[in-house]
Order: sequence, then structure tokens, then C-alpha cells
Amino acid sequence: MPNMRPTKNPMPAQDADVRNKNFHEVTFGYTAEAAVDEAKRCLHCKNMPCVGGCPVRIHIPEFIAKVAEGEFEEAYRIIQQASSLPAVCGRVCPQETQCEQQCVRGKKGEPVAIGRLERFVADWHNAGSCDVPHREALNGHKVAVVGSGPAGLTCAGDLAKRGYEVTVFEALHLAGGVLSYGIPEFRLPKAIVQKEIDNLKALGVKVETDMVIGKVLSVDELLQDFGFEAVFIGTGAGLPRFMNIPGENLKSVFSANEFLTRINLMKAYKDDARTPVFRAKKVAVVGGGNVAMDAARCAKRLGAEEVSIVYRRSAAELPARAEEVEHAKEEGIVFRFLTNPTSIAEGENGFVRGMTCVEMELGEPDASGRRRPVVKEGSEFFLECDCVIMALGTSPNPLIKNTTGGLETQKWGGIVADGQGRTSRAHVYAGGDAVTGAATVILAMGAGKTAAEAIDAEFKAR
Amino acid sequence: MFTILEKQALNPTVTRMVIAAPFVARKAEPGQFIILRVDEEGERIPLTVADFDREKGTVTIIFQIVGGTTERLNALNAGDAVCDFVGPLGEPSHVGGLKKVAVVGGGVGCAIAYPVAKKLHELGAEVHSVVGFRNKDLVILEEEFAAASDVFKVMTDDGSYGEKGLVTDALKALIEEGNAYDEVIAIGPVVMMKFVSLLTKQYGIRTVVSMNPIMIDGTGMCGCCRVTVGGKMKFACVDGPDFDGHEVDYDELLKRASTYKEFEAREREKACNLFKKEVR
Repeated sequence: MPNMRPTKNPMPAQDADVRNKNFHEVTFGYTAEAAVDEAKRCLHCKNMPCVGGCPVRIHIPEFIAKVAEGEFEEAYRIIQQASSLPAVCGRVCPQETQCEQQCVRGKKGEPVAIGRLERFVADWHNAGSCDVPHREALNGHKVAVVGSGPAGLTCAGDLAKRGYEVTVFEALHLAGGVLSYGIPEFRLPKAIVQKEIDNLKALGVKVETDMVIGKVLSVDELLQDFGFEAVFIGTGAGLPRFMNIPGENLKSVFSANEFLTRINLMKAYKDDARTPVFRAKKVAVVGGGNVAMDAARCAKRLGAEEVSIVYRRSAAELPARAEEVEHAKEEGIVFRFLTNPTSIAEGENGFVRGMTCVEMELGEPDASGRRRPVVKEGSEFFLECDCVIMALGTSPNPLIKNTTGGLETQKWGGIVADGQGRTSRAHVYAGGDAVTGAATVILAMGAGKTAAEAIDAEFKAR
Repeated sequence: MFTILEKQALNPTVTRMVIAAPFVARKAEPGQFIILRVDEEGERIPLTVADFDREKGTVTIIFQIVGGTTERLNALNAGDAVCDFVGPLGEPSHVGGLKKVAVVGGGVGCAIAYPVAKKLHELGAEVHSVVGFRNKDLVILEEEFAAASDVFKVMTDDGSYGEKGLVTDALKALIEEGNAYDEVIAIGPVVMMKFVSLLTKQYGIRTVVSMNPIMIDGTGMCGCCRVTVGGKMKFACVDGPDFDGHEVDYDELLKRASTYKEFEAREREKACNLFKKEVR
């Protein structure tokens, strides 16, 4: 008999007032008992609606059944057939709009905590086992993967398992892409990212850091001179947007990318770090996505007295995950909805002393389907702050586009690719944010997986 | 790891290193830069490519010891290695089609100006070089510059070597003598580039300056290196580092360069203590 309790097993977490002063992971994860109990809430629906909600089609009821039996390693093997990065996805996937949204248990009460179970299974596996996943015999084909974020790592892992010789090229000194430079330690510990990358290396994937493709080598050179027969481009969307308002180049105005890269990639939050980070008293983060939440929560942890999210729409339109917004609120982040800055004011020595803002109202729905914010007449006010972080979204880096002849791109910079990741160039595939613009880790992984299948199909058809 | 093959002190605060970096050497052009990390704990710093040898697979960097990282870098010797050395980054200097050019270098900026002068000289352009230093002890690359130049002038602030005065004095004199330059290329301290640009604007001579702002990734990702050029936001790492000297907002650039001044001073002191050396 399934466990018919209407609520999820709660996720143990650090107290909000403690965690907003450290960079350790917010949540601790389920114990084995909690996991087994939670797994028993699954009804094992025949039509498996949850699987339909998963971009990489994990056999969710199957792995949950194994958890319920206490066969955690078996559960891991089931997840791993579909996902290369379970410990990551269990933490950062927006399950509430994917698998868990489809869960039948969610109709009367809370859905099964699929994400928490995935995380539990992956952590269980990573803590105990060091065996290498099965890899087919080398088939003699070489594939280059550009970018080591979720799309690239997934594509590389799937191809390596199929017997391809895969080299991943990473521009930075550390692999992981947004998992390393963007998502903070307290949400995704870097040891977990490293473990996933080590797993790929154990599969034979080579990772070449410090290789800015488009500069050091071009995609054409990879194909013509370095013996790669196919290239997958998973270069993400790393170019920060700004508002183009006066004062945006003042010293304590940062893109969220810069602020987060200093903290996550360069470890600037540590006392002995050699990379500096600006420690402000009053921080305004402009934007309402997950990146804005990450930046705000980092600023708080660096010791800011007041951190506010300044967002031009209302709470209902926040693009960030509900859980991140909730965590941010618990940690004392202030939300200033329907507010938009119009200029940033200069204080001493070129640093920020505040922002002039206007209040907004929601008008008719715009192209995105969300109600368009319009300025409320005469609502101008001054918001004191000594640091502004712009978290307005990112666009794809033009380096690859500008250096790869015949590669079609959208007006806004995204690489044009079909449902299989095939671009306008033969043997060149692309997926993830580089194609779609900024989206989620799991969608990028899905694209990497699909492209790996298409690359495999191309070679098999030869 | 990237091995240091040669190390040479050009003056008490400026060091030249030749690094084995075949992938960088393969593509490097004058005007481009690299980003290095000294060790696994290190910060990423940009340094302009001072020279390269495609056959040997080496890249030369010249750096001034100004902070913790350059102090640590300078503590390494031939045979040691740095853990990261990525490039070439940024756009190369546009030197094609120029017939007569004035190259102005200031201080350690001469390390960046020199490869540009050399390339122009190789392409057959008439090169007039003006280099400036605070005093005689700080003069670097004199012979190299002289060999690549048709006219060569050294200026020092205190007159201890060459002529006493600023690079703008010498450049103005050359222009007044009737030299019609297609372009002036100025590389050095921000203040110097600002005043060279103000001078050449009076004469309507196109002027290119090379930016060296604070950077992290060097690929357009962080936006830390943003510069206002002609009223528009540009990223020095991918749009530059060369920009139209008459369009750059130098005052903003100067301010932005001082964002982490206090931190940098502390880091340098820490590094100095580490190597038991005096802070200069």
C-alpha cells in the first residue's frame, strides 16, 4: 500500500538566520529513512505522467520503486540511463514545473518529492561507489564538444558511453560552465560538480581547459586539422545585458555574471582569496530570475545589511523558481516589486550612492504573455544603496558565430538548430542556451542528449 | 602548465618572460592579450602579448609589478610554470594599409606598443616612435624600438635620459615639423592616452588607444571591462582592446580601474611579505 500522507517529507535545511551568513549548502538532503518513506508515496501510475514532464525522460516510477525497496544503487542505475548529472539536477531542476507538476499526488496535496529523491539517490551513489559506468568499445570516431556546461557535459557523457572518443573544450580554467561560475556553492556545492566531471573523465572524456574556441582554435580547425568528425557547440548564453541607463558604469555596479563569477569560480567569498569582491552595505539587485536570487543571496552572505530585489513586474511574474524566492525571503532579502531604476547616482570616488526608481503598474499582456509593466506617473523615488547588481538576463556569446563560416544564427545571436541539434553546417551540432537563449540546466542537458543521439545516428548511417 | 623559458628584469619593476604556449603562439597578433593564473589559488589577470614565436611556440609577456599577482609571478623563474595561460584574446591591432604612423608608448605600455611598431615596420610603414618614462632607470625596450622605427625619441619626466618632457611634447613637435601621420597609436597609462588623444584631436589625426581594464574571463562574459566609447558601452576584452582614442571616456576608465585599489594594496603587501621583499 502506498503511503497516502498528503505532504512531502520535509527537506532538512540550515536555519535561515545561520545560512545567510555562510556559503555551505542550504539543504542537507533526505536521510535513507525519509527517502524510503517518500518513495512509498508514489502511486506508480501506468501512464507515468511525471516522465512526460522530464526533459530527459528519466524512468521516474522505476527508480522510485527501487528507492522504496532500499535498493539505492539500482535506483541510481535507472536514473543514470537517462541523466548524466543526477546530483546536479536533483538540486537545481525546476521540478515544480516539470515532473512534479505532472504528479497525480499533487492534485490532492503535494506531489511526490521526485527532485529530493533524485538528489538522495545521486548523493548515495557518489558517497559510496567509485565504479565506472559501462562504456562500449571505442568505435574510432572523434567528437569535439565546445563548452563544458550542462549541455556539453551531457553530450560528451552520452557519446563516450557509446564508444566515441570525446574531447571537451572549456574557455575558463575550470570545467562546468554555469554550474561552476554561476550557481553558488550554497545551492550546488562545487565538489558535486567536480565529481560529475570526474565521472565523465572516468568514461574517457578528455577535458581541455583554457581553450577559447573561436579564438585559440576555430570550429573549422577542429574539423579540418584536428581530426574531429563532428562538433557539438554548447557554449551557453554568457553575455550579460545592461539597462543602458545613466550611471551604469559606476564602480560598484556589476553584472550578476561578474559578481557571481568572482564568488563562485574565483572563490572571492573566502577570506584568503586573491580575487577581490565588493562587499557592500546596501545592495540592489535588478531582475527577478534565479540569477537575481543567487546574486542577492550571495550579497547577503558577504555581509550586506540590506539586500533588495528590484523587479519591474509583480510577485506573480517572478521568473525565479518558487523555492529560490522562498529561500531568499527567509534569508531576509527584501522584494521591491513593480519598481524599475531609471538612473544610478554617483557617490564618493565613483562608487554608487543610490538609484532613482519609478513605480510600475501592470498593463496589457505583452509578447511574452505577461502583463507589460508601465511607469506610474509622478512615482519617482530615490533608493539608497552602495552597490547595484544587474541580473537582466544573458545572450549567447558571439565568438563562435563570428568565427564559424556558414553557421546560421538568429538575429539575437542564438545558433539555429533543428530538433536534433543539427545546425546549418554539416557535422556541426548545437544545443542548450547557445540555441535557445538563457533557459535551465535540465533543458540544456536534454539538448545535449538529443544531439548525442543525432551524432550517433549520423555515424551509424555512414 | 605553461613553462617559463626565460626571465629577464627590464628594470627594477618591469619583467619580461618567455612562456611556452604553442596554442597561443600559433594565432597571436600584435594588440592581443592573454589571461594567466600563476597557480591554483591565483586570480586571473590580463597581460598583452609583447612578442611571439610561432615556430618555437613561445609567447613573450612584459609586466609591471603592481599587485599581489604580478609580485607572485615575478617570484617565479625560468623552469617554473604558471598554471593557466589562455589566448590570444581580443581583436588584433589593425595595422594594414598604414603608410606613416606615430607610435607612442608610455612606461610598461611600451611592451604593448613595441610589437605594433615592429609589425608596422615589417609591413613597410614609416614608423615614428615616441616613448616616455619617469626616469632613466625605468627605460625599457630602447634598442628594440629603435630598430623598428624610422624616427625614435625617448622622453623622461625628469630629463635623466633622452629629452626632458612628456610624450605629448615630442609628438606635438613631430606633427608641427610637418609629419602627416595616417594614424597615431598610443599605449600607456590612461592619463597619457587621454592627453595624446586630446592633442591629436586638435590636428584631426586618427588615434588608436589600447585599453587594459580589470577583467575576469576575457571572453565577454563578465562585463567587468566595460568602457564607454562614443557614448556606447563596449567590452574591452572582445570589442577591443583597441579603440578610437577620440571616443573613449578616459575619466570613467580611470575611476573604474581603482575599484579594488585597497584590496590590491593589501594583496601586494601580503605577497611581498611572502617573498620577504620591500614594497617599492
